[in-house]
Amino acid sequence: MSLLSKKSQQVLVDPLVHNNPISSQILGICSALAVTVKMDTAVVMTLAVMFVLSLSNTVISLLRNYIPGRVRIIVQLTVIASLVIFADQILRAYMYDISKQLSVFVGLIITNCIVMGRAEAFAMQNTPGKSFLDGLGNALGYGSILILVSFFRELLGSGSVLGFQMVPQAFYDLGYLNVGLMVLSPGAFIILGLIIWVQRTVIKFEEV
Amino acid sequence: MRSNLYVISFMSAITVVLGLLLSVAATSLAERQEMNVQIDMKKNILSSLNIPEDASAKLTGDEIQTLFEERIEELSIDEKGNIVTDGAYSVFKKKSAEGAGGYAIPVSGKGLWSTVYGYLAIEPDGETVKGITFYKHGETPGLGGEIDKEWFTSSFVGKKIVDVTGNPVALEIIKGIVLPTDSEAFHRVDGISGATLTCKGVNQFLAKDLAIYEPFFKNIRYEGGK
Repeated sequence: MSLLSKKSQQVLVDPLVHNNPISSQILGICSALAVTVKMDTAVVMTLAVMFVLSLSNTVISLLRNYIPGRVRIIVQLTVIASLVIFADQILRAYMYDISKQLSVFVGLIITNCIVMGRAEAFAMQNTPGKSFLDGLGNALGYGSILILVSFFRELLGSGSVLGFQMVPQAFYDLGYLNVGLMVLSPGAFIILGLIIWVQRTVIKFEEV
Repeated sequence: MRSNLYVISFMSAITVVLGLLLSVAATSLAERQEMNVQIDMKKNILSSLNIPEDASAKLTGDEIQTLFEERIEELSIDEKGNIVTDGAYSVFKKKSAEGAGGYAIPVSGKGLWSTVYGYLAIEPDGETVKGITFYKHGETPGLGGEIDKEWFTSSFVGKKIVDVTGNPVALEIIKGIVLPTDSEAFHRVDGISGATLTCKGVNQFLAKDLAIYEPFFKNIRYEGGK
């Protein structure tokens, strides 16, 4: 991949595993629990966060030399909130059913600490190109966990993947039941905990 | 340190630019969003009346529009329950070969955090609940928000809005589950744990709306020979 320099590659790839916002930094847990009952909502949420995070990082990075330090958080929030409302409007117009299922959680991207965290920690110090990649990388890191959690929750809780029935009827006839716990929030906590455990063991993560 | 004037002008500029972008987006998408809301409303009227019979069928917007035009007749009634041309209340009648296949009435009122909107459908006998849907609300997802889920709405089906002597009774969501031994089970519905206040609100507005439509359903029951 010669498209990006080594440094840029690292900016993009680092948040996928080693610095994953959910599983390493434990940010954005609330929405990770709320929108992962079914895979389709998790995928749309991922796309919405990708849109908001990469653009908010880019815009804030473009403005970074002009933003007065005293009101920088307000400026960041204004930019983020506008992008989120824009994404919400688009969803309402073109994906009404999914936007109803996501209900308040699209709006709550505004308060997702990953978005403001990246704006404050990265976009304020780096060039627009790098900030865009950082935003994209973090959104993908966030989304990959969301999709992974929702995969297990939907498979175990509803017996389907992306809405397609996966567990054959014969299993149900033999007495197999869907795991009701997986549809509820505690199911997400358990799956998320297991993912974090596996990931930290594999990358030999140490709390610093 | 930047001057106060700079800070104020910078903030004003940001607000104006972003506000402008958002209002352009909101106005240009408004028509499409309004159409989605209309389709969703029609879908809910249809589904409260059990159309299509296969509840898991996914319909496109156009299919819903066609189904609505083919199967639903909008009636207008006055306070005395008579069908008139310019009454204050709407009833959505399901057309079927035998006359009416059921009647859906709009219901709405305060839940806990928000106004809840839905449709309650009554069988052609004028006393049995055919179905209920809630399509717009801002209740807590997972708690009060469960009112629009199938497990909850399906327990309304078959409940009565009158007792054996023909007097109107309120549909009542209770705390916990309705026991089979409960003599009032014919108009009671299983509650949602963690959503007592939402359920209380739903009880209140169902009672209020059913009272408005009671003369209409009474007429239907009389026509049915009761």
